[in-house]
Amino acid sequence: MTEMVYREALKAGIREEMLRDERVFLLGEDIGLNWGGAFKVTKGLAEEFGVERVRDTPISENTIAGAAVGAAITGMRPVAEIMFGDLITLAMDQVCNQAAKMRYMFGGQTSVPLVLRTVFGGGKNIASHHSQSLESWFMHTPGLKVAVPAFASDVKGLIKTAIRDPDPVLFAEHKLVYDKKEEVPDDEYLIPFGEAKVRREGADVTIWGTFIMLHKALEVAEELQKEGISVEVIDPRTLVPLDKKTLIESVKKTGRLVLVTEETKTGATTAEIAAIVQEEAFDWLDAPIKRVNAPDTPVPFSPPLENYFIPDNKRIAQAVRDIV
Amino acid sequence: MTVDKKILKELFTRTLKTRLFEEKVWDLFGENIVPGTLHLYLGQEGVAAGVTTALKDSDWIQSSHRGHGHVVAKGADMNAALAELLGKKTGSCKGKGGSMHITQFDVGVLGATGVVASGLPIAVGAALSCQMRKTDDVVVCFFGDGASNNGTFGESLNMSAIWKLPLVWIVENNFYAMGTPIKLTCPSSTVAQRAEGYCIPSQVVDGNNALEVYEATVEAVKRAREGGGPTLIECQTYRMKGHSRFDPAKYRPQEEADHWLSGEKDAVNVIQKIAIEQGAITEKDAEKIREKLQKEVDKAGEFAKKSDFPEPEETLDDVYAEAF
Ligand SMILES: Cc1ncc(C[n+]2csc(CCOP(=O)(O)OP(=O)(O)O)c2C)c(N)n1
Ligand SMILES: [Mg+2]
Repeated sequence: MTEMVYREALKAGIREEMLRDERVFLLGEDIGLNWGGAFKVTKGLAEEFGVERVRDTPISENTIAGAAVGAAITGMRPVAEIMFGDLITLAMDQVCNQAAKMRYMFGGQTSVPLVLRTVFGGGKNIASHHSQSLESWFMHTPGLKVAVPAFASDVKGLIKTAIRDPDPVLFAEHKLVYDKKEEVPDDEYLIPFGEAKVRREGADVTIWGTFIMLHKALEVAEELQKEGISVEVIDPRTLVPLDKKTLIESVKKTGRLVLVTEETKTGATTAEIAAIVQEEAFDWLDAPIKRVNAPDTPVPFSPPLENYFIPDNKRIAQAVRDIV
Repeated sequence: MTVDKKILKELFTRTLKTRLFEEKVWDLFGENIVPGTLHLYLGQEGVAAGVTTALKDSDWIQSSHRGHGHVVAKGADMNAALAELLGKKTGSCKGKGGSMHITQFDVGVLGATGVVASGLPIAVGAALSCQMRKTDDVVVCFFGDGASNNGTFGESLNMSAIWKLPLVWIVENNFYAMGTPIKLTCPSSTVAQRAEGYCIPSQVVDGNNALEVYEATVEAVKRAREGGGPTLIECQTYRMKGHSRFDPAKYRPQEEADHWLSGEKDAVNVIQKIAIEQGAITEKDAEKIREKLQKEVDKAGEFAKKSDFPEPEETLDDVYAEAF
């Protein structure tokens, strides 16, 4: 085991796959020699693997994604990067109409083994065009798989699985987890998609969430423990496929559920999860399901506004207290 | 260029085959057994025949929404192609694609697409893949005059040029995008001029003359295979029918339509005349070829009609490599 930050663990996973399989290559804006990626995830890889395999592109999101599709269906294993999650709007046709649908609309003739990395989330005061959390859009797109790694020890195993997956994977990262540290196994390991991880065991209430909200939920759980409230925290790790079993089992044990993500509330992943739980575990619920989300507004710039927008520990703790 | 007689015969055969296939589709459509809509290739056969005759089997084509002709000319199994148009289980896409997604991957068709101009980025990726895998395969991308107004045109031409991709851009300029004449949406008198800004050599040819199309494509494919990068060929042509199923195409001036739809301009007549004049075939050969192809097409029609529809539950298949 080696302690490392999320960013380094992610890079290590990509690097291992590039060493293992020469079909794996990276493309995106400023990922190569001069910059190493806007969040430095790919720093050093162009030096090691060359600019052919770590390929800087023009600012052409739709063609970056589309080129990944074309390369994937003809025998390569592209890992494309969209610099900010908000900018994936410029590539939506290739992601949602092409990559996601090709296997299906061509009757199984084609496989689209691509990974599209991007980064969601606020907290950096970079306003409405660089801070959104759009994962529910992709969860709502049949044909895509969606990974949402929140911890360093998971991100390495998940990126390796994503690269080997025969289907297109939207690999979502979060700006505020890049610097989170954890012990990461040195030996090769893969984390299967569709397996949630119970990050903390508890008896009174289940918190299910994603990204930085999980880190907050763990702090809240620690705090509430002092008040005698025992909180279980579940990280789905992938939204598609979704591990319902772990969640439902937890709800059957605790009887209470709080859902926490940074997305704006209407149509968020939390809405889908709440619907699933009432369909599959209604009789075990002892209280209404609580949702902690951002308000239905664009992400604001000014610190007091953004702090109001992004759910904080206090709101999460309050939601738990409201139902126990 | 002196053209081999075998090639002339092949050009005639492919042009005619594509025509007869489309006439069969028109007949089936008349019988009211083709669900949904259709974008017929009738009139434009010289383009698909000329382009594909210049390719080898392992080269790729990216089709558009007007794709029947591309797929048939590239060598698709006509049984599976017609069955697909009727939504049958035996269709090349198992009835999941239909007219707009008619695709046969194993003869080198990357895909046909319902989103105008979405094929260009995919062609970039496929060509990049051919280049990175060090094959000498070339990718040809078909798209319409209307598609050249989309953002992907600029993104994708640019990327193909900076990376010197083995790619040939084929603009099928039939002068209309649905009802909109290209002169209302394009400031230059040819689409080809647009390639200049990307330093891509270009040429305008008579798309109803399969030989002209072939000769231009041979040169472009040679450049592409030798590492000389992309070429754009504008093939000027005309639809024999309306844009889609119920369009009588009343918006086209009579004089213009008369000119393009005259026997003299007809793609089959043009190449038949050349082939006979150059001694590649006789009138009698032409008749024999026609009879043979007609039989094949008729058989394909019978096959398609007799085939079963998919079971309703097959709706759920082929979303992912493995269901979960
Ligand atoms: C992105 C997009 N916009 C609009 C449409 C609707 N549409 C289908 S075909 C077409 C015209 C395309 O014109 P062109 O590219 O010249 O091809 P043609 O139909 O003439 O072969 C339009 C507007 C679409 N399918 N996709
Ligand atoms: Mg047109």
